[in-house]
Amino acid sequence: MIAPRRLLLIAGFSAALAGLALAQTATVAPPAASTPAAAGTRFITVSSTTSTQDSGLFGHILPLFQARTGIEVRVVSQGTGQALDTGRRGDADVVFVHAKAQEEKFLAEGFALERKPVMYNDFVLIGPKSDPAGVAGTKDIVAALKAIQEKSAPFVSRGDKSGTHSAELALWKIAGIDLDQKKGSWYRDIGQGMGAALNTAGGMGAYVLSDRGTWIAFKNRGDLTIAVEGDRRLFNQYGVMAVNPAKHPHVKVSDGQAFVNWLISPEGQKAIAEYKIDGQQLFFPNATQAGA
Amino acid sequence: MMRDVTSILPLSLESISFRGEGRKLVDAVSLVVPAGGVTVLLGPNGAGKSLMLRLCHGLLTPSEGRVRWAASATGRAKRHAMVFQKPIMLRRSVEANIDHALAAAGVARMERRERAQAALGRFGLSERATQPARLLSGGEQQRLAIARAWSLRPELLFLDEPTSQLDPAATRQIEELLTGLVAEGITVLMSTHDLGQAKRLADRVLFLHRGRLIEDSLAEYFFAEPQTMEASAFLAGDLIW
Amino acid sequence: MPRQRRPLDHPSRRDSFGSAPEDEGCASKLTQSGVGQVDFAAIFKAAFALVVGLDPGFLAIVGLSLRVTLSAVLIAGLIGLPLGAALALARFPGRSVVIVCLNALMGLPPVVAGLFVFLLLSRSGPLGPLGLLFTPTAMIAAQVILVLPIVIALTRQTVEDLWSEYRDHLRSVGLEGMRAIPTLLFDGRFALATALLAGFGRASAEVGAVLIVGGNIAGYTRTMTTTITLETSKGDLPLALGLGLVLIALTLAINAVAFGASRIGARYAG
Repeated sequence: MIAPRRLLLIAGFSAALAGLALAQTATVAPPAASTPAAAGTRFITVSSTTSTQDSGLFGHILPLFQARTGIEVRVVSQGTGQALDTGRRGDADVVFVHAKAQEEKFLAEGFALERKPVMYNDFVLIGPKSDPAGVAGTKDIVAALKAIQEKSAPFVSRGDKSGTHSAELALWKIAGIDLDQKKGSWYRDIGQGMGAALNTAGGMGAYVLSDRGTWIAFKNRGDLTIAVEGDRRLFNQYGVMAVNPAKHPHVKVSDGQAFVNWLISPEGQKAIAEYKIDGQQLFFPNATQAGA
Repeated sequence: MMRDVTSILPLSLESISFRGEGRKLVDAVSLVVPAGGVTVLLGPNGAGKSLMLRLCHGLLTPSEGRVRWAASATGRAKRHAMVFQKPIMLRRSVEANIDHALAAAGVARMERRERAQAALGRFGLSERATQPARLLSGGEQQRLAIARAWSLRPELLFLDEPTSQLDPAATRQIEELLTGLVAEGITVLMSTHDLGQAKRLADRVLFLHRGRLIEDSLAEYFFAEPQTMEASAFLAGDLIW
Repeated sequence: MPRQRRPLDHPSRRDSFGSAPEDEGCASKLTQSGVGQVDFAAIFKAAFALVVGLDPGFLAIVGLSLRVTLSAVLIAGLIGLPLGAALALARFPGRSVVIVCLNALMGLPPVVAGLFVFLLLSRSGPLGPLGLLFTPTAMIAAQVILVLPIVIALTRQTVEDLWSEYRDHLRSVGLEGMRAIPTLLFDGRFALATALLAGFGRASAEVGAVLIVGGNIAGYTRTMTTTITLETSKGDLPLALGLGLVLIALTLAINAVAFGASRIGARYAG
């Protein structure tokens, strides 16, 4: 009835129309989303972790940075592994994550020229109040993990290549537990963010390793409480890197670097230290600490 | 009314056949339809009446043979129109149904309105102009279908069993309309299986049986003394195959 | 465990909406109960506060959600309606394969559509130089991919049914092939509105695609569904559900208006 050629013509015409419409929306994109934060056209994209986002740190410091420099910061929060990949692909100008080994790999690959330590917080082992592994109130995270494994107490793992996940895997290693061998139904790898992991742990009375910031800001605690804290091995360092323009020429070098510089400046460090929930400081600036 | 001097009539069918379902549904039919009068296609169900009309109107292409018009009768203004057994009403108002057909025929907007109004008046549908066409009664719908066809100013009008779904009153109304159209000079070629209707309207009868044209005669002769067994049986009300 | 909150410490809300709330938000403090004990009063209160409070950040989120989804439906309609109609009328080898594929694509997981657009728009992807990743435009593009198969498939069905009814008449008046499309689209307008609504429903409800290609950036690409995801992950379930209620109410309102309009129209068209 209809020649395929005419069909093609119509398809092409429709596609062109759609392209036009899309281009149209592209030009009018920013205004409609005009919250105070999106008003400016000068912006950088930062890929960061769920912990910085979910804890509310960015909500506190980004307005301060924007007020100072006029640069809007658009944060895409993902697991650390994913956040670094976003930087690798050139989809972010700055990466701000917490997994030193992975960050150093990123550096070595040439995706950034330098890494700056910014701050730290610590991990805490969260568990149900009933404490089936009998570890509540102890300070030795390694011993606690061993107890959990021996008693097959339920444990929720992020399993998403995030900084927290890397830290958890490193701790199992220190404890001498080969997960591939010992992993059973007690070990629940959920492949999701920190908040989801806490929700899951709460739902099934499991232990879970969390960064303290997310835990303090977390609202659906239910039966969960801190089981183990204070071990030096639970130390959680954040680093920031501007993506190397040699790899991705389009990255906003100077604005990105401005953000990095501000974070490690006295002003930025002070802003980080001032962020508190319920009177508790969540992140401890340490940009000047050598080797952090 | 600007009408081309050359008429599309007579219409000649030159030994046309139409194949379907593995057999010849229309088999080597030849005939000529000159201007004027009502020609009725008669025959039992499945004789090929509807197919014949569609072949003539150009909705179907013959497998063999050809349909020949005296002047160009294809394209937008083809000067022949068709009314179907079940009126096909667009989901629009009565007037918009006519307007749509005129637009399809390439009539300019201003003229469309005039011609639609004229058609509505001519067929007594003016009061219904803004109503949804699909909410009309069966008789009114068929009247609108005829009005719509008429607005296209056809020389030849095909009608496929135009009253088979109507009650006797509506049927009579349609028949009167058709008589009026013929008086206007429009040539009618219609099918029916209603013998009474054929007797009332036909000037000429084409009797079809199993896809073949087996009788072609003036109505008075056909009904008085049919030439074939099949036609006699059909007129007598016997089932013929 | 009882906790105290200082009035201005609402990291979640400030974060989620990209603007600091001025009132002492109701949702945040109503949530000390566990997952199983979320009380519905808190949910409705949260939803109510969102609507009544008219928090500019919240309004921006609703606005963005509507803008992205409606743009996607509009574009999918511009492409899908003529294409679906053409598919209904065209006969070509492999047509049934195309139809089956389209029907299958109606069930395309949003995440997959998102991933596809993500890889396309990433700086390292073929369309990287456009710099569209993590923008509302990217979200619209992903949703167009989700909505398009629905619009094309339902349009094809509608137009094919209508064509089988209209065919004789349209061909009689000389509207053959593609020339019949405008008539068929116009006369199928009420059924086609339903197709667009179905597309709207799919786009407005999905979170997978917009999360991946939009990045859930506060105040820029954060929509209602990604906010719901975020609030769920932060454990603020009443706020999440409150947002869900608002989303449902919006969808309901749009559907009610469309339904009413099409009822009135359908009565007229018969």
